[in-house]
Amino acid sequence: MATISELHDRLSRREISASELLDQQLARIEEQEPRVHAYLRLTAELARAQAQAADRLFREGGPVGPLTGIPAAVKDVLSVQGVEVTAGSKILAGYRPPFDATAVARLKAAGLVLVGITNCDEFAMGSSTENSGYFVTRNPHDPQRVPGGSSGGSAAAVAAGEAVYALGTDTGGSIRQPAALCGVVGMKPTYGRVSRYGLIAFASSLDQVGPLTCSVEDAALVLEAMAGVDARDATSADRPVDFLSELEAGVEGLRLGVPREYFQVEGLEPGVRSAVQEALRRLERAGAELVDVELPHTDYGLAAYYIIAPAECSSNLARMDSVRFGIRDESAPNLFQSYLRTRRAGFGPEVRRRVMLGTYALSSGYYDAYYLKAQKIRTLIAQDFQHAFRDCDAIVSATAPTVAFQIGAKVDDPFSMYLNDVLTLGGNLAGLPGISVPCGTSGGLPVGLQVLTPHWQDARALRVARAYEMVRDAA
Amino acid sequence: MPLSDWEPVIGMEVHVQLATRTKMFCGCSSDYLAAPPNGNVCPVCLGLPGVLPTANESAVEKVVKAAVALQCEVAEHTKFDRKNYFYPDLPKGYQISQYDLPIARGGSLLVGERTVRITRVHLEEDTGKLLHAGDALHSAEESLVDLNRAGVPLMEVVSEPDLHSAEAARDYAIELRDLFRAVGVSEADMEKGQLRAEANVSVRKVGESALGVKTELKNINSFRALQRAVAHEIERQVDVLEEGGQVVQETRGWSEAQQRTFTQRSKEEAHDYRYFPEPDLPPLHLDSGWVSHLRQALPELPARKRERFRSQYRLSESDARLFVEDPDRSRLLEETVAAGAEARITANWIIAADPKLGPAHLAELLRLIEQAVINRDQGREVQREAEASGRQPQEVVQALGLAQVSDEAALAGVIEEVIAAQPQAVADFRAGRQQAVGALLGAVKERTGGTANLKVASRLLRDRLSQ
Amino acid sequence: MALLARLGLEPAEEEFYAAQLGGILAHIDRLREVDTEAIPPTAQVVPLANRLRQDEPLPRLSPEEALANAPEARDGYFVVKAIQDSGDA
Repeated sequence: MATISELHDRLSRREISASELLDQQLARIEEQEPRVHAYLRLTAELARAQAQAADRLFREGGPVGPLTGIPAAVKDVLSVQGVEVTAGSKILAGYRPPFDATAVARLKAAGLVLVGITNCDEFAMGSSTENSGYFVTRNPHDPQRVPGGSSGGSAAAVAAGEAVYALGTDTGGSIRQPAALCGVVGMKPTYGRVSRYGLIAFASSLDQVGPLTCSVEDAALVLEAMAGVDARDATSADRPVDFLSELEAGVEGLRLGVPREYFQVEGLEPGVRSAVQEALRRLERAGAELVDVELPHTDYGLAAYYIIAPAECSSNLARMDSVRFGIRDESAPNLFQSYLRTRRAGFGPEVRRRVMLGTYALSSGYYDAYYLKAQKIRTLIAQDFQHAFRDCDAIVSATAPTVAFQIGAKVDDPFSMYLNDVLTLGGNLAGLPGISVPCGTSGGLPVGLQVLTPHWQDARALRVARAYEMVRDAA
Repeated sequence: MPLSDWEPVIGMEVHVQLATRTKMFCGCSSDYLAAPPNGNVCPVCLGLPGVLPTANESAVEKVVKAAVALQCEVAEHTKFDRKNYFYPDLPKGYQISQYDLPIARGGSLLVGERTVRITRVHLEEDTGKLLHAGDALHSAEESLVDLNRAGVPLMEVVSEPDLHSAEAARDYAIELRDLFRAVGVSEADMEKGQLRAEANVSVRKVGESALGVKTELKNINSFRALQRAVAHEIERQVDVLEEGGQVVQETRGWSEAQQRTFTQRSKEEAHDYRYFPEPDLPPLHLDSGWVSHLRQALPELPARKRERFRSQYRLSESDARLFVEDPDRSRLLEETVAAGAEARITANWIIAADPKLGPAHLAELLRLIEQAVINRDQGREVQREAEASGRQPQEVVQALGLAQVSDEAALAGVIEEVIAAQPQAVADFRAGRQQAVGALLGAVKERTGGTANLKVASRLLRDRLSQ
Repeated sequence: MALLARLGLEPAEEEFYAAQLGGILAHIDRLREVDTEAIPPTAQVVPLANRLRQDEPLPRLSPEEALANAPEARDGYFVVKAIQDSGDA
């Protein structure tokens, strides 16, 4: 599949126009979509106008960047002005934001051609895209299997060639895990790197926007266009943005930490383990030093995460009250019933579970035992990483314990579904940048290698992933 | 048992709208009345999916100013929290407020002779407004929601239960209003909803130290209503207790029409607000140097200013209050006096005539009256003209040909005419009815087109009639 | 909990969710094993402070834009069903 820089070269040389590229993209979507179901809705009209604008720039020698005219997709949680955005939920059916998310606005300024809005788990809650309020997205490598989630539509779209790149969001692994299961690159930047303004919040202290791409370089290019402080997001940080200059620096002399706990988690498939171990051997041969590190509170991460994320989501989803937007159950005799019936009709089972769990964790008498406790565990987990990073420059592991599983295999057991995130959610709790890069297969299905680095060392995570990509493709 | 055997115990929660240009967490105007319904909103204060709050620097500064004026201890570390509850005037389903780390704690305010302890001062956002089709909340079939006010910055000031009468509760609220106006943090106009007072009222037998069961009074729209509501509630609680009943902990509203309080919400129905730290807003670290700078830059506070106005300008207590509650007005008084006018004359003129003149022009106007160039009625006319044109009062007097007639010979001639024309009034006066002079002076005023110096005319008329 | 969160559940569903949530809470209860007495809580993981906005007006929506997504609107207002004081309606 063509990368952003390859397509940019062809566009720059005028071998192809952005409009022609879009036509090819739409044709590919038409061909793949019946099998994959990555998109909730296409925005072909908008895309045509954007492609024509890109063509004008190329024709008239206007300012173009690497993303100008490149067809891309956006997860159904990022606001796009005038386009229906529903967070995969029935409750937001028909909602058209009157503004752009900052990440989207910045990509538009960088020449975005938006082909469509991708499917996801409802309000980004899930690891398989089976929790979408609309339909299930299929893994392009095996349509009987899930694409991962919650950014499953974005991962599947990139994997199936239905978009050159796509935006996802990652709260506990929702970019990295589907990237791993679909065999693409997915990056969650440091918390605060990319503005969350316009991202329909799941868990505000954990959510980050990031790219899903075919290559590590593409991820760096997309991130570079989106990142940076935003006056509309008080949690966005004013840090220098440079993800490209050390991208090709290799891993020679870098110490890669291998956390024992991450290779002992419940449900880690042997095929995944051996694929990752093979990747680590290659990195070592490329000059990296592998060091053992400890993340002793790993076992408690899942529990802390499943307090903090539901607590925040129970509050974030309170605005879904059908007053200013969203669907409404007209049969209710009064406002109280209107809230109950609308939210009953609008929310799926996983959202209900988490809203109840979060409401419970924050309620009077339980706050200290659950929410406050989880915040303290969060401190310990962040400290684990700080200590580990004294001995290494990056931490490497599998992204997900398993390869893509059968659709329906875990829907009745929420806890086994939650275990999908056990290797990724630590990065969210600690706010670290993390990337998943494809590292071989197990049983014919893609496996992902995860690279985590300290706060603001996003460039280093990209560099390690890029170095692995080189040794992988050279083999 | 008479009322005097019971001691009321009252604590206050006062919400004050801060005088910022924009809302607490977005760039919409805090002047929410100036726009049509839902015309002062943006995605942030509408609570659309995905929006984020950004805290208004000026609102934080104003709360700190108010806090140091209340002699509070200002927190070095403070943060925002979410208070979760469902209501259609609360767009996000939570209010951004402050829970366990308010901006300030532990202050005090002198109300009359007594010190009222301030528990805490914190910053939060206002809700929108609901209009009920039909007039009653419970009978209406639907409600209309206007979010123009949603997100306007509010400061909440909570007192200890240090007040012991309805009058004291009212005086406390008035004292807060004057303080916030003096410090420039709020207009604090209760009728406009810029200051909202809630009173926690309980009673206990005199001499007891344990607190009685309290009720919380809401819906109070004026200082007078505050006093009446608290007074009514004290009586109601005493009645309940004297009849052997128990006061129920609840929220009660004040009905202005019926002049009584009524149950709004009982404790069993209390909310579980599920407070937790607002993840969208980083904490605030308030620099102690900045705080002490604000403390040193405080203007003279109302209690001291009233005392000074009484001693320096010999104003009555009530006149001193009238000036101190309005900083613009007291500034005009002070500057006009500084420009050479006499203080009490200036004060009386300002109270009576509400001049919109600068201090130099007002001082000049008062001098023209004092020097009998014009009389007080002419003074009003000159003021109006000077306000409209911006010209100096002296110029206005000349331009309008208004100079007062004080010339005794000229006035004597007019007096003769009046006496000739009104024999009945003359006869009445001579029969001992002093008020007949008024009618005759009125006639003098009329015949001189209002220019007569009435002081001089009155003396001449009395002299003439006594002849 | 379901009521506090305004989730309209049927009784049978309440049992279903109670059972599932019980399982999840059983896992979560393992947090009690960890002594966190001396550990400060983390609310925000990337330390920032004093991110304040200047008190300057920003563009607003028109009433039409504000109401465009509303299920029901009239005369510039959002319209909601009657508020019956169910306690914390």
